[in-house]
Amino acid sequence: MDHPIKRDHARFRKIIKGKIRDNLRKYVSQGEMPIPKGNGQFKVPMPQIETPRFRFGDKSQGGAGQGEGQPGDPVEGGEQGEGQPGQGEAGEGEGNKELEVDLSLDELAHILGDELSLPNIEPKGKKNMESTVDKYTSIGTVGPDSLRHYKRTYKEALKRQISMGTYNAKNPVIIPIRSDMRYRSSTSKVEFENSAVVIYMMDVSGSMGDEQKEIVRTESFWINLWLKSQYKDIEIRYIIHDASAKEVDEDTFFRTRESGGTLISSAFKLCRDIIQSDYNSDEWNIYPFHFSDGDNWSTEDTKLCLDILDNDIIPHSNMFCYGQVESRYGSGQFFKDLSAKYTENHERVTLSKIKNKESILDSIKDFLGKGK
Amino acid sequence: MERTKAIRGELLELKNEIEGHALDYGLSFYPVVFEVCNYDTVCILAAQGGFPSRYPHWRFGMDYDQLSKGNTYGFQKIYELVINTDPCYAYLLSSNRYVDQKLVMAHVYGHADFFKNNSWFKNTDKKMMDVMANHGTKIRRYMEKYGHDKVEAFIDTVLSLENLLDINVLFQGPGAQKSQVLDDDFEPIDKRSQALRSFMNSKLDKRNTKETAKVDEDDSTLKSIDEKVRGTRDIMKFLMDCAPIKEWQADIIGILREEAYYFLPQRMTKIMNEGWASYWHSKILTQKALRDSEVIDFAEVHSGVMAMSQKQINPYKIGIELFRDIEYRWDTGKFGKDYLECTDMHAKENWNKETNLGREKIFEVRKSHNDITFIDEFFTEEFCQRQKLFTYKYNPRTGRNEIDSRDFQEIKSKLLSQLTNFGTPLIEVESANFQNRGELMLKHVHQGVDLDINYAADTMRNIYKIWKRPVNIHTIVEEASVAYSFNGKEFQQIKL
Repeated sequence: MDHPIKRDHARFRKIIKGKIRDNLRKYVSQGEMPIPKGNGQFKVPMPQIETPRFRFGDKSQGGAGQGEGQPGDPVEGGEQGEGQPGQGEAGEGEGNKELEVDLSLDELAHILGDELSLPNIEPKGKKNMESTVDKYTSIGTVGPDSLRHYKRTYKEALKRQISMGTYNAKNPVIIPIRSDMRYRSSTSKVEFENSAVVIYMMDVSGSMGDEQKEIVRTESFWINLWLKSQYKDIEIRYIIHDASAKEVDEDTFFRTRESGGTLISSAFKLCRDIIQSDYNSDEWNIYPFHFSDGDNWSTEDTKLCLDILDNDIIPHSNMFCYGQVESRYGSGQFFKDLSAKYTENHERVTLSKIKNKESILDSIKDFLGKGK
Repeated sequence: MERTKAIRGELLELKNEIEGHALDYGLSFYPVVFEVCNYDTVCILAAQGGFPSRYPHWRFGMDYDQLSKGNTYGFQKIYELVINTDPCYAYLLSSNRYVDQKLVMAHVYGHADFFKNNSWFKNTDKKMMDVMANHGTKIRRYMEKYGHDKVEAFIDTVLSLENLLDINVLFQGPGAQKSQVLDDDFEPIDKRSQALRSFMNSKLDKRNTKETAKVDEDDSTLKSIDEKVRGTRDIMKFLMDCAPIKEWQADIIGILREEAYYFLPQRMTKIMNEGWASYWHSKILTQKALRDSEVIDFAEVHSGVMAMSQKQINPYKIGIELFRDIEYRWDTGKFGKDYLECTDMHAKENWNKETNLGREKIFEVRKSHNDITFIDEFFTEEFCQRQKLFTYKYNPRTGRNEIDSRDFQEIKSKLLSQLTNFGTPLIEVESANFQNRGELMLKHVHQGVDLDINYAADTMRNIYKIWKRPVNIHTIVEEASVAYSFNGKEFQQIKL
């Protein structure tokens, strides 16, 4: 039987999940994002769970410490509770530290899904595809030279030479013979393909300011989180453009700021090329997202955009999403052009206007609410 | 599933050896039961204050969460856990090395001696294991009867009061800290004001309450209640007795209050208790129990425990050094009128009257002091310098904490103010009938440090849930006398 504390623990987890859901809007609109920890876990700061008590205001309070230094020198390190190896006898748990809670990707996605009542995504093609993959996880005694495992072979040879007494420590020469050879060998595994690719495109021309980019960043974080919880494998590609487009890594995507004109078609062309070369739409669920403030260089280019969308992007995608981030300089024309063509309940096109940080969640709901 | 195991074989022999050394040195303690367990179990026990059974509440789960994580990430590690009961229970971590167990055992005997002999622990319930388990049963029963969420929410509220205690209660005899055992089904029926009614209940024999004659709710009665509770710092008891709450709610306040008082002496003697335990583990190991091959490992663990921090005083370090300093001073006669009044620096430096009273003195100190009196009486200028102590302060200009002073008096008063009222603000009842409207007026006895007003507001919100009338507090902010009020809707400053 589990210890009763597991029930307290489950209760605690439930309470914090509720708190996070209650505060989700605040978290999102303040751009406060859970910190990914790299193992599928996220760290969420939770200041609200503390029991309120009468206590001293601490900043002015200061304290007493131990060590070298002159008045005026900074005091380093050690918040309460840190680095004390010999925790004493049982007692109180005062502590002023902020609570940080670890949540898994699934738990976090669940909270988002709950709050926005998002439907689960039905992957394209109804049934998931099966495929066999070879994984090189074991070691065999036969195989091609290209798969020879050098270290294991060396070890075998060493073992043999020691046991036969031919190993000389003063002249440590190891010569493997045929029977020492070891090879990586594969085992075949059936895997279910259930993969998605998200292609983010963003206008980084002068009119897209820091606030606009911050919105895109926050929004894409939560979109990724949701899609990751829905698909087994997910790839994310980033395209930035002004008058021309290029593929970049995530970091560059959010940091770049260019001046100059805007040709949205350049991004769409690149997006099309990426899909054509890397993602067979029979095997991949494809999600192109484009964010801009709605300005395009010319109506000519917008026409070109619509052509590419119609012929090359929409037919291959689960959904094409356009998010228009309001800015002081943007005319918002592109949204008008798109919405004239793709009516509100278009199967594979979702358009969303994002006025400010407060409307990020609603926009996510626009994009993901269709369950496609 | 068995979570802890009795010690056997090598560890049992070790226990007998260490216990023998402890007794030889004159330590005196209730029997110590050592149990071995894995780290997960240590985390569970630590989260529950050392006790195997507590009432159900999410915060134990929260502490468990943080403790287990602390271990996974290597931030902190719990080495030992002792609880103040008779017999005294102590848990050994199965993954500890033999030399660690040795150190831990010796350390535990130090704590066990302290628990038994320090006068602040005189009235703690040595059968707390059973009491805690009973509290768990009771609260589970309330949860079945009134709903889990409702009871839990009430506990959440009461936890806001947990530090509103009066240390003098510790000396009022064993009964004073106890929760009252109440009859679940008891519901008084009369038409007096709720607050008054509850107050009267506590003063009257419960069985006769139903027949109690009506008492006029006139000014003089309210005044007399007000007078009786004025100045009380045992606010948990005050609310338990006087607030218009259900009996089960009063019982829960009582339960939480009893547990809070049980842990209070440990909060008041952290430096002494850890210092004393560290003093003895060090003494027993270096003089008796340590083998040559273990010296390095011992030194490593010991110095880890003694590590200094710029941000915080390490109670282990300051504690052990103070005990050693006292022992040295009383061995050499560096105390008393003659020594203190001696102006010859050279003579003072080489002072040795060979009084050899050190050992006797530290035993006496561990008996009668708490952290405040300990620091107040034995913290000397020389000691302060030797320990490289300083005070620090937040500098708003640079946005960081900076060393403020190395002046002895300042450091001492900083230490003392941090320890006063176990580090929490001193709050008392100023009036239970403020403005003659049954409002509660609390008073923050200001001792140099302002309250955190945001926390105060949230705390008053919770007290309001219990008192059900406006809750006010009288305090000092930036050297000006101010009062705040929470009237059930908003928190605001009021004029007095």
